[in-house]
Amino acid sequence: MRLRIFLLACALQFAAYGQQCDFTLSGKVIDLHNNAPHVGAMIYIKELSKTAITNEEGYYEFNRLCSGNYTLTISHPECTTITRDIVLRSNMERTFRMEHHLEELNEVIVQGTSQYNKLTSVKEVGLSNADLERNSGKSLGDALNEISGVSSLNTGNTIVKPIINGLHSSRVTIINNGTRLEDQEWGVEHAPNIDINASDKVVVIKNAAALQYSGDAIGGAIILEPSRVVVKDTLFGKTLLTLGSNGRGGVITSQLTKGFESGFFGQVQGTLRRFGDFEAPDYVLSNTGADEKSLFTRFGVNRFTYRLEGSYSFFKNKIGILRASHLGGPMDQFMAINSSEPLIIRDFTYDIDVPRQEVTHQVFKLKGDKNFGEHSNIAFHYTYQQNDRLEFDIRRGDDAGKPSVDLNLKTHTVGIDFKTRLSDGFNFKSGIVGDYQENFPDPSTGVRRLIPDYERYHMGAYAIGDYEANDKLLVEAGIRLDYTHMDVFKFYRTSLWELRNYDELFPELVVEDLGTQVLTNPVLDFTNVSATAGVSYEFSDQIRGYFNYALASRAPNPSELFSEGLHHSASRIELGDLRFNSEVSNKFSLTLEGKLNGFQFTLNPYANFIEDFVVIEPTEIQQTIRGNFQVWEYRQTDSYFLGVDLDTSLSLTDHLNWESQFSLVKAYEVDNDQPLINIPATRFANRLTYENPSLNNLKMALGGTYTFRQNEFPNNNYDVFIPETDSIELLDISTPPDGYFLLNFSAEYPFTIKNKSKLVLGLSVENLLNESYRNYLNLFRFYADDLGRNILLNLKINY
Amino acid sequence: MKTFKFLTLLLFAATFFVACNNDDDNTPEEVNEEEVITTMTITLTPQGGGTAVVMQTRDADGDGPNPPVVTVVGDLTAGTTYDGAAVFLNETETPAENITTEIAEEDEEHQIFYVAGAGLDVTTAYSDQDADGNPVGLAFTLTANTAGAGTLTVILRHEPTKPNDGTPSDAGGETDIAETFDVTIN
Repeated sequence: MRLRIFLLACALQFAAYGQQCDFTLSGKVIDLHNNAPHVGAMIYIKELSKTAITNEEGYYEFNRLCSGNYTLTISHPECTTITRDIVLRSNMERTFRMEHHLEELNEVIVQGTSQYNKLTSVKEVGLSNADLERNSGKSLGDALNEISGVSSLNTGNTIVKPIINGLHSSRVTIINNGTRLEDQEWGVEHAPNIDINASDKVVVIKNAAALQYSGDAIGGAIILEPSRVVVKDTLFGKTLLTLGSNGRGGVITSQLTKGFESGFFGQVQGTLRRFGDFEAPDYVLSNTGADEKSLFTRFGVNRFTYRLEGSYSFFKNKIGILRASHLGGPMDQFMAINSSEPLIIRDFTYDIDVPRQEVTHQVFKLKGDKNFGEHSNIAFHYTYQQNDRLEFDIRRGDDAGKPSVDLNLKTHTVGIDFKTRLSDGFNFKSGIVGDYQENFPDPSTGVRRLIPDYERYHMGAYAIGDYEANDKLLVEAGIRLDYTHMDVFKFYRTSLWELRNYDELFPELVVEDLGTQVLTNPVLDFTNVSATAGVSYEFSDQIRGYFNYALASRAPNPSELFSEGLHHSASRIELGDLRFNSEVSNKFSLTLEGKLNGFQFTLNPYANFIEDFVVIEPTEIQQTIRGNFQVWEYRQTDSYFLGVDLDTSLSLTDHLNWESQFSLVKAYEVDNDQPLINIPATRFANRLTYENPSLNNLKMALGGTYTFRQNEFPNNNYDVFIPETDSIELLDISTPPDGYFLLNFSAEYPFTIKNKSKLVLGLSVENLLNESYRNYLNLFRFYADDLGRNILLNLKINY
Repeated sequence: MKTFKFLTLLLFAATFFVACNNDDDNTPEEVNEEEVITTMTITLTPQGGGTAVVMQTRDADGDGPNPPVVTVVGDLTAGTTYDGAAVFLNETETPAENITTEIAEEDEEHQIFYVAGAGLDVTTAYSDQDADGNPVGLAFTLTANTAGAGTLTVILRHEPTKPNDGTPSDAGGETDIAETFDVTIN
């Protein structure tokens, strides 16, 4: 009995304690960075197996809880799951902060952490991580080609430069990991030194609105960013293997990332790319192989309020240049153009002989940023870039094997960027950047310098604001100032110095008269202003519009200022002009974006008016001991570009989607309405994609692209004396080739192996019909057909 | 924040230091084109003696704007066979570099073509061979057949296809020299 009473007492005691079961645990789950509510986050009390889900406000509530110690697990599909211990003794309010990650692994643009800020008045386009993986074996230029309004200027199949709305080279700024790429981009035959596999996303801005990076991107900007690193104890990686039938080679790329809960991380990524001679449908394109190696590594710490990162990237390539493109003079060019096949066709080989380029680009970077208060952030970066370019030509005697061009370009860049939210909806950012660049052309080549010795100092400052007037209207405006100072040492041939009257105009520039050459020291200063203003407005749930005006100005590049000599593959003499001033562009672009049931479209008409646009065109025939060459001189003329890009997408069934793309651009000189040279022809691309989630996410796509013939071109033909026939013949270097249709196919099938690893198998065929064609924007179109059919096998493993 | 400011300042300072450090006003070294051929001289000596006919083209500034100076000294005599010799010089260097020896050393990779235009009745034949037994053209014979006037074009090709049918179009390769001379046969 006593025992019973005792037990009862105990029970009562326990009950008295345990009966306090009417506590409430409530609170919010919000984003660590911007305090936005997390909707649909799950809070799980382990001990009670109870679950609550957050509502629209991110609010959750548990009722009738007993006091006690509990372990809570808070999870959200887009965030790192967190675990918290609580002691519940009374009603309690707890707010949990979670950090986005899983979804954003594939997302570069993240408020507060990425250096890159989305523009509000420009519709951005680009390549997602999946697009990049699909194009793993390609160059940046080839990969970007699938975006409407973006095409490429090729020198054979190995050198591919992106063109945005008809403009390229110095007019397109490439930003890699937050720094402008300085890799002698002025040259038409200089492809961007970038391995796309090191990037997670590529954004293309089709105008000069990205003032944060540059004020001279008259054509636009290409922004590449590496993946974000997750604050989590993790180790993951991926390997992609691509094998291609054309060129009989492949690409292998691997990436490994290690992250710690503390925020420290490290990443290493490497790519090997090796191809032999590529093939046109009917013959081998001799000496067009490629050998590329690249490495990207970074480490740092990623904390809630600050981030610090050091990185190093190494890129080295060796690319063959079509043997049949190397010419000695107009007579050779006449023979090459009038031959249906390249004049030199050899058996397939992996060897890369002369002519070829060997380029090494290294980037060392330190960057960091820190949050102040809730809405401000200050960031700094220092970057050192070194670009070494060797070009090997067909040479004679002791010079065989020695490079003809040996350039070393070093660039130091430092910058500080600041951004803040001034009031609700009003964001402001500003920054300054300074850089120092030095170009050293090695005289031991025994060939007169293509680009002179120079030192360049540059300072830039920008301020950009954007304002969210209401739910529908966004406004943004920005301004940027750039100052460039160039100190140049240039040897001119005395004959040219005098012919151009420079001896009378600039006698003070002469440092030394060496008889046949004069050494001069031009010092040039350019001050450029650029600005942008734009709005974006949501007309309805279905239609949104963007309008942007961008003023950009670009200082002439070293090639436009100082070229002087024979350009072998074009068989012409090119002359720059040291009197050039900056090019100024005024671009207006409008974008309408709509969604109607299963139909989506983006319509983007634009107009770009460029004052003092630098063009190169033939002016006269020059007699030399090698024959009579055409002289192409750089000249400035007011020009305008008009164009439209249209993208549509239509869901035909649950699994079938039809996408179309149409790009058109026209460009003329203002004075005489003469069309400009090398403007992309109109392109119309269609793609039918089939995707079936119930078939393990099988994807298949059939695409067809029709490239029209460019009907508007300047006539630069000239006469050449052909001794064998004792006749004067017309050398047609102007007429564009016919239009062509290319059919492509791709398929992708993912497998799950083990628990976490994923394997994706892909097959694609390019130029399925093995069509023989020549592309107006391939500078070697005179000498050979473009690539024939290419069967590519892709293998991707995530682990 | 303090460390941050300091770091930034340090970086700026470092850049300017590097920048100033490089400003040492060393003028770059002059480059004289090593591979330029400025001068080609064709000497035609009559077999059995007599005055030689000399044709020359000289382009002192290479690919520069000044045209080459072309001279032909003497006329050919109908019915005469001449021993021809071609000499190539780079006169941008002092003393002039004799490119002929380089061509002779790499004779498999070179060939000189002699192409007569309409109106000039001459026959040319190679009198030298490379190691593979193919013609080079540094030595040749030229027979002036009947009187008349016309052009003789001399072309030096680098890396032509060898053997070839004797015409520059079949041989391909890159043109290093191409000059057309006005020639008269009396």
